[in-house]
Amino acid sequence: MSVFRALVRRELSAFFQGPTGFIIIAAVLFLIGLGFVVVLTGLNGHATPMPVTQVFYGTYFFWLILLLIAPIITMRSFAMERASGTYESLMTAPVGDWEVVLSKFTGALVFYAILWIPLLVCSLVVRLYVGESAVLGPGPMFTSALGILLIGSLYMSMGCFASALTRNQAVAAVSSFAMGAALFFTGFFSYFTGDRSDWISQLARHVSLANHMESFSRGVVDLEATVFFISLTALFLYFTHKVVESRRWK
Amino acid sequence: METPMIEVQHLTKRYGQHVALDAVSFSVGRGEVVGFLGPNGAGKSTTMRILTTFMAATSGTVRVGGDCVFENPMRVRKRLGYMPENNPLPPDLRVGDYLKFRARLKSLANGEGAKRVNVVIEQCGIADVAGRFIGQLSRGYRQRVGMADALLAKPELIVLDEPTAGLDPNQVRSVRKLIRGLAGEHTMLISSHILSEIEMSCDRAVILHQGRLLASGALDVLMAKTNTAVVSEVRAPLADVKAWGEKLALGQAECVEQPDGYVRCRFANATSADAREKIFGSVQERGWPLRELTRQVPSLEDLFVNLTRGKEDGK
Repeated sequence: MSVFRALVRRELSAFFQGPTGFIIIAAVLFLIGLGFVVVLTGLNGHATPMPVTQVFYGTYFFWLILLLIAPIITMRSFAMERASGTYESLMTAPVGDWEVVLSKFTGALVFYAILWIPLLVCSLVVRLYVGESAVLGPGPMFTSALGILLIGSLYMSMGCFASALTRNQAVAAVSSFAMGAALFFTGFFSYFTGDRSDWISQLARHVSLANHMESFSRGVVDLEATVFFISLTALFLYFTHKVVESRRWK
Repeated sequence: METPMIEVQHLTKRYGQHVALDAVSFSVGRGEVVGFLGPNGAGKSTTMRILTTFMAATSGTVRVGGDCVFENPMRVRKRLGYMPENNPLPPDLRVGDYLKFRARLKSLANGEGAKRVNVVIEQCGIADVAGRFIGQLSRGYRQRVGMADALLAKPELIVLDEPTAGLDPNQVRSVRKLIRGLAGEHTMLISSHILSEIEMSCDRAVILHQGRLLASGALDVLMAKTNTAVVSEVRAPLADVKAWGEKLALGQAECVEQPDGYVRCRFANATSADAREKIFGSVQERGWPLRELTRQVPSLEDLFVNLTRGKEDGK
């Protein structure tokens, strides 16, 4: 366990030893702030039947942050160690393959979670001024955070997988962006199919990330969405482990 | 019988069509310091990577301390201190922090780990840079950080892949001194493509050439198979020296007159131990002034030429 902790700490410290982590935080801070301003001016002081958290998903900012930032967070995880050769000293230390995979994933996820702290601050500010607890009650706030974390873990595991496949960070970033965007736009398709019940539109509805996030933002812990995110995360972590292991049977 | 520290049997590694290692077998006993010798591309690093559980072999078995590297990689890794080729280190960490991190990976308990970090920092002479970022260190210091990491968990086996590559002569000397200091306590496998390097720090050598095992054994025995040249410079007429050279019967004697009246005479095959004694004695008898008498150490190429020639003759 202490080995795992040391690995996670190393992953996190890699973000903050150089400018990388701070640049990512600054970019996300800007996008969150901008998104929030757009939402608030859009409401223009009028009451809305939707919780503000849900309105935020309706803007592009949330998805922009997720699709663009996730590949940047995860691209270095395996690719950089491979390129610099430190992968060899890591994998010949008495550390298991699963420990390495899970620590890289956990490190990325923790950093991702840190990125969203400003959103929490924004929501608290609004809550302070609006005063109506119904708009931004602790329920929707909590489930929104849970949703952000769950969708984040899916994107982090996908990014780790992409990074494990290559020693080139740019290739890792582009391929994880492609996977993430493909998943996002497949779900987007469900807007066009409407209520039709053929298998394509059912599939599109089922993988629709926007649909899954919507229920979280309304304060509902959607079991289907939760299972969807957790199982896909597990699948990508399993793939990553297979890639890491493959050096021993290639 | 005591199990050897390293036991390699019929180790073969193929990368697609390319055969990197072809049925290599050798073993290293406990406490031995063995040089792993071969030109670049001979398969040294590949063997080391398989030995340290980083890669799998295509076929053949490798055991470290009795445990198979493929079936029991964790037990092998716990016995092992390894410095990979080019000694990769994270540039963004401070030396002390890096070693503490590595101590945790190697499951040293907190107190024990901190103690060991201090010991290896002292041992490798990096106390004055312990607070600096690894990326800012010179190559010589980085090499010593890599060695400090290899030593951390007091491993039974230390594997160093080209520890002196790219260092200047002073740094080479300090790394060599460090290796010699460790020799008593650990089994060591050190790779190099420089013969004199191995000669100075190892008892035995395993020689690879194009993925095949060329020779393995005590260095002096291997060296005895090569022709050792002796050079002497005497002041005498060229014709006299030529005649003298042939009479000595130490292989072919090449004599070249120097501008200042001396004649430089190279005996190409002065392998016998008393060759220099013989030359000195006969020069003294003739009363010629002698200003140089040296044995030319054979290079790795000489050794290779001889070993490969020996193999072909045997066939």
